[in-house]
Amino acid sequence: MEKKLYTITVFSENTVGLLGQITIIFTRRGFNIETLSVSQSALEGIHKFTITLFSDENSVRKVVQQIDKRIDILKAYYNTDDELVYQEIALYKVATDKLLALGSIESWIRDHNTRILEMNENFVVFQKAGHYDETQRFFDELSQTVGVLQFIRSGRVSITKSKVERLSDMLEDIKKYER
Amino acid sequence: METKNKISGGEILMRSLVEEGVDTIFGYPGGAIMPVFDALFDYDKHLNHILTRHEQGAVHAAQGYARVSGKVGVCLVTSGPAATNAITGISDAMLDSTPLVVITGQVVASLLGTDAFQEIDVVGITQPVTKWSYQIRRAEDVAWAVARAFYIARSGRPGPVVLDFAKNAQVQETNFEYKPCTFIRSYIPVPEMKPEQIELAASLINNAKKPYALVGQGVVLGNAEPELKKFLEKADIPAAWTLLGASAMPTDFRLNKGMLGMHGNVAPNMKTNECDVLIAIGMRFDDRVTGDLNTYAKQAKIIHIDIDAAEINKNVTVDAPILGTTKEVLPALTAKIHTAQHSEWIDSFNEYEEKEFEKVILREVFPTSGELTMGEVIHKVSEATNHSAICVTDVGQNQMMGARYFKFSQTRSLITSGGLGTMGFGLPAAIGAKMGAPDRTVCVFSGDGGFQMTIQELGTIMQEQLGIKMIILNNHFLGMVRQWQEMFFDERYSFTEMLNPDFVTIAKGYRIEGTEIRKREELNDAITDMLKDDKPYLLVVNVEKKGMVYPMIPAGTCVTNILLGD
Repeated sequence: MEKKLYTITVFSENTVGLLGQITIIFTRRGFNIETLSVSQSALEGIHKFTITLFSDENSVRKVVQQIDKRIDILKAYYNTDDELVYQEIALYKVATDKLLALGSIESWIRDHNTRILEMNENFVVFQKAGHYDETQRFFDELSQTVGVLQFIRSGRVSITKSKVERLSDMLEDIKKYER
Repeated sequence: METKNKISGGEILMRSLVEEGVDTIFGYPGGAIMPVFDALFDYDKHLNHILTRHEQGAVHAAQGYARVSGKVGVCLVTSGPAATNAITGISDAMLDSTPLVVITGQVVASLLGTDAFQEIDVVGITQPVTKWSYQIRRAEDVAWAVARAFYIARSGRPGPVVLDFAKNAQVQETNFEYKPCTFIRSYIPVPEMKPEQIELAASLINNAKKPYALVGQGVVLGNAEPELKKFLEKADIPAAWTLLGASAMPTDFRLNKGMLGMHGNVAPNMKTNECDVLIAIGMRFDDRVTGDLNTYAKQAKIIHIDIDAAEINKNVTVDAPILGTTKEVLPALTAKIHTAQHSEWIDSFNEYEEKEFEKVILREVFPTSGELTMGEVIHKVSEATNHSAICVTDVGQNQMMGARYFKFSQTRSLITSGGLGTMGFGLPAAIGAKMGAPDRTVCVFSGDGGFQMTIQELGTIMQEQLGIKMIILNNHFLGMVRQWQEMFFDERYSFTEMLNPDFVTIAKGYRIEGTEIRKREELNDAITDMLKDDKPYLLVVNVEKKGMVYPMIPAGTCVTNILLGD
C-alpha cells in the first residue's frame, strides 16, 4: 500500500493522561509520530490534537478507530494534505555579525516572506510560517550562507476544507443517547 | 440517596458498590488500601469479600465470576506490587471483553511521583490494558468515579476498568450522594443499528446457497442465545463457534457444527473456505481462528455483526458490516431473511466429521489400550455431569481438549482464557465461577504446569469450602509447548519436562480430598467419587506423556491446512 503523510485530528475531553492514551496506540504498532500539536479547541473544555503520520491508509484508519474508541475521546478522523488548510511555523537564530557581513537581506525577507522577531548585537531571530518544504528551504539557505545557531519547527496545525464539521455533528448526534 | 453526615471516602466506596448491586468482592488487603478494608469490615452483610492468596488470583476469580454470572466482577487490592500482580488478570479481561472494576490502593496524593513506598504509576501502566483507568484523589470524586466505572465496564463491549484510589481520599470525609452513570458524551457504547446495513446483509443471506455463521462471545455478552437459534433455524444456517463463543449453542443443537480455529473441528475450518456467505456474529477474526488472512474465506461475501466499530475491517475486509448488539441485530436480521433449507450444504459437513472422528476422536476419546488420554477424561467428566457442568480450563492442551470434548447444554459454560492465554487462569477462575453460579457443578481442568502457577488458591478454596472439582491432566510436561517442539523444533524438548510434586498430598495439606490415578479401569470410579458430594476435590490423572492435540492448523497457515496426526 502507498505510504504518504496523513493528518490525524483528535478531539478529547480535557482529562489527565489523554496524550499518553493516544501515543501508546502508535507505540504498540511501531509507528513514529512525525509531528504533534495540542491546544484548546474552539469549544471550551475540549482539546484538539493534530498528529501527522507517514503511513499507508489502512494503518491510519485502524489507528484512528482505536483512538476514537477510547472513552475520553470525542472524535478522531484523518485527512490527506489536499483536504486540509495547514500550516507550520519555524524560528531560526543566526549570528548578527555574519548576517551583517552579507550586506542586504531584503531579498530574503521578501522571497521567503519571513519576519524578524528579535535583533541584538549577538543574534537575530527570524520567523517563517509555511509548509514543511518552505520552512526547510529557508533553513537550507541560511545554513549554507550564515549558518543557523538554533532552529525549531512547530507541529502542524490544520483545518479541514470540508463543509461537514465532524465534531459539531458528533456533539449534536450524541444528544439522542442522553437519557 | 444522600447522607446528612459526612462519611469517609472508604465508606463511600462501600455504599457505591452496594448501589451498583455488588455483593461479591475478590481481594487482598495491604497498606495503601487499609482504610477501605476497615470500612468493608462494617459492610460484611452486604459485601461478601473473598480473600484470595494472590492478587492475580483475585482478578482471575472476578473474571470467572463475571463470565458465568454476566455481572461486573469486582476486585480490591492495595498499591504497588498488588497492582502489578493484578495486571495479568486485567489484561486477560481486556482481551476477552470481561466486565471488571478493579480498585487499587494508592499512596496519599501528596506523595504521588516521589517513589513513595509501594507507589507505582497504576494509571500509566493500566491504560493500554483497560477500557478506562482513573485516579481518585479526593473523597468528593469517589461516588462519581465508581458510577462511571461500572457504566463503562458493563456497557457496550465490556471490559476492565481500574480505579486507583489515593489513601488520603479513602480517609477524607464528605457527603455521600449516589447518581448512577447513564451517559458520557465522548462514549457511544452501542452504535446505532442502520436499517440499510440489515437490508444489505439480508439480501446476501437470501441469495446464499451455502451460508455459514461464526458465533463469537458477542452472542453470550448480548444474552442473544435464543435470538441466535431463531436466526439460524429460520434460514437453516450451519454454525461454528470460536473458543469464547463455546456454549452459546448447545452441543447437540442440529446446526451446531463445532469449533473453529487452530485446534477446532475439521469441518468448520474447511467450510470457512467453501461457504458463499460468511456471517460473523460477535467475533473478532482472531489469528487463531483465521490463520493466514490472505487465504481466508476469499470466495465468500462476509457479513460482520459487532458492537465495536473498531473491529470492522480490522483483520478481515467485510462486505456488509452491521453495528449493534447481537440482541438487537439478530432479530432485525431474522425478520428480513427468508425461510430456507440448505440440507445438501449442511450434509456436506458430514464427510469431514466422519474423517475427524476416525482419525482423531476415536483415538483421543475412545481408546481401548495404552495410557489414559486427556480427551477421554474430559469426555467422561462431561458425561458424569450430564453435560450441564461449568467447564473451566487452564491454558494449553488441557484447554483445547476441554473446549473440544466437554459438551454443553447451557450457555456460559466454558470459562477459559482466550485472548491472553494465561496459564494459571483456571484454578482462580473456577473460584469465581463457583461463587457466580453456586448451584452448578464447576469442573476445572488444568495441566500440571498451569496448576502450579496459581496453586496457592487451594487456600482460598479451603477457606471458603467451595465445592470445585479440580482435575489435573498430568503429563509431566508443558504439553502444548512440547507438542510444538515435537512438530516444529525437531523434538528438542527445551525445558518442558517437569518434575512434579505429589499434588494429592499438597491438597491434603489444604484439607482437600483427592486421589491420583493412572489406569483406564480406575477412571469411572474416581470420577464418581469426585462428584459424590459438593465438597472440593482434586483428581490427578496421569495421562500419556506425549499426547498431541489434533487437528492442528499450524500458526499463520491456511485454515484448510489441517494436520490430523496420521
